[in-house]
Amino acid sequence: MNKEEIISELKTIIQPYSEEALALESIDENTDFIKDLKVNSANLVDIVLDIEERFKIEIDNDSMAKMLNIKSTVEIIENKLQVNGG
Amino acid sequence: MSPQEILKNLPYGQAFLFVDELLQVNEFGAKGTYTFDENLAFYSAHFKDEPITPAVILTETMAQIGLVCLGLYLTKEEPINKTKTLAMSSSSIDFLRPVYPGEKVWVTSEKIYFRFNKLSCRVKMESAAGEMICKGTISGMLIAKPHE
Repeated sequence: MNKEEIISELKTIIQPYSEEALALESIDENTDFIKDLKVNSANLVDIVLDIEERFKIEIDNDSMAKMLNIKSTVEIIENKLQVNGG
Repeated sequence: MSPQEILKNLPYGQAFLFVDELLQVNEFGAKGTYTFDENLAFYSAHFKDEPITPAVILTETMAQIGLVCLGLYLTKEEPINKTKTLAMSSSSIDFLRPVYPGEKVWVTSEKIYFRFNKLSCRVKMESAAGEMICKGTISGMLIAKPHE
């Protein structure tokens, strides 16, 4: 799964938690969960749980703490997928 | 942590404490009771000449017993009780019937998950006769206590 595909999956996952239609529509690596998507920390937990389920990966506390924007989230997903695949 | 210690560690003052007994608490959930004293301040105004427990107070009662008591139990190994508290982050409750002054209620919660400092529970409130009063889902986040 490449970066674009991961971002497109993330968009579907985040949709129920964000009212920011414009930010969601133009989602890219620079999109910030709190600043741009106006997601609170409790919803961020649900997004991470949905990510675990969708990508069949496990996110640890340290990774979770870094998942503040799309860029770092994609990087973490890519890393975990690689570990799973190898 | 025993139910007694949990009750002692609750962050509420008497005027906003909606837990009398914590009957049971373990890794999976909590059960407790509260009796709505007919002298509680809000009965004189909710409603005028017709005292009924406000739904927001029923929600708070479910959260204090079902979520906060369970949260204290689940974090018993961590020294968080002194510096952190659980703040309600979302609730979705269906109300089936009113609660009148003087009634005793039983609240039971069942953990859905506790991860990344977020506790999410299915919670129900029942009457002495075992009738369902309200039920739903309540979640809270562990946050630093204000002023500390």
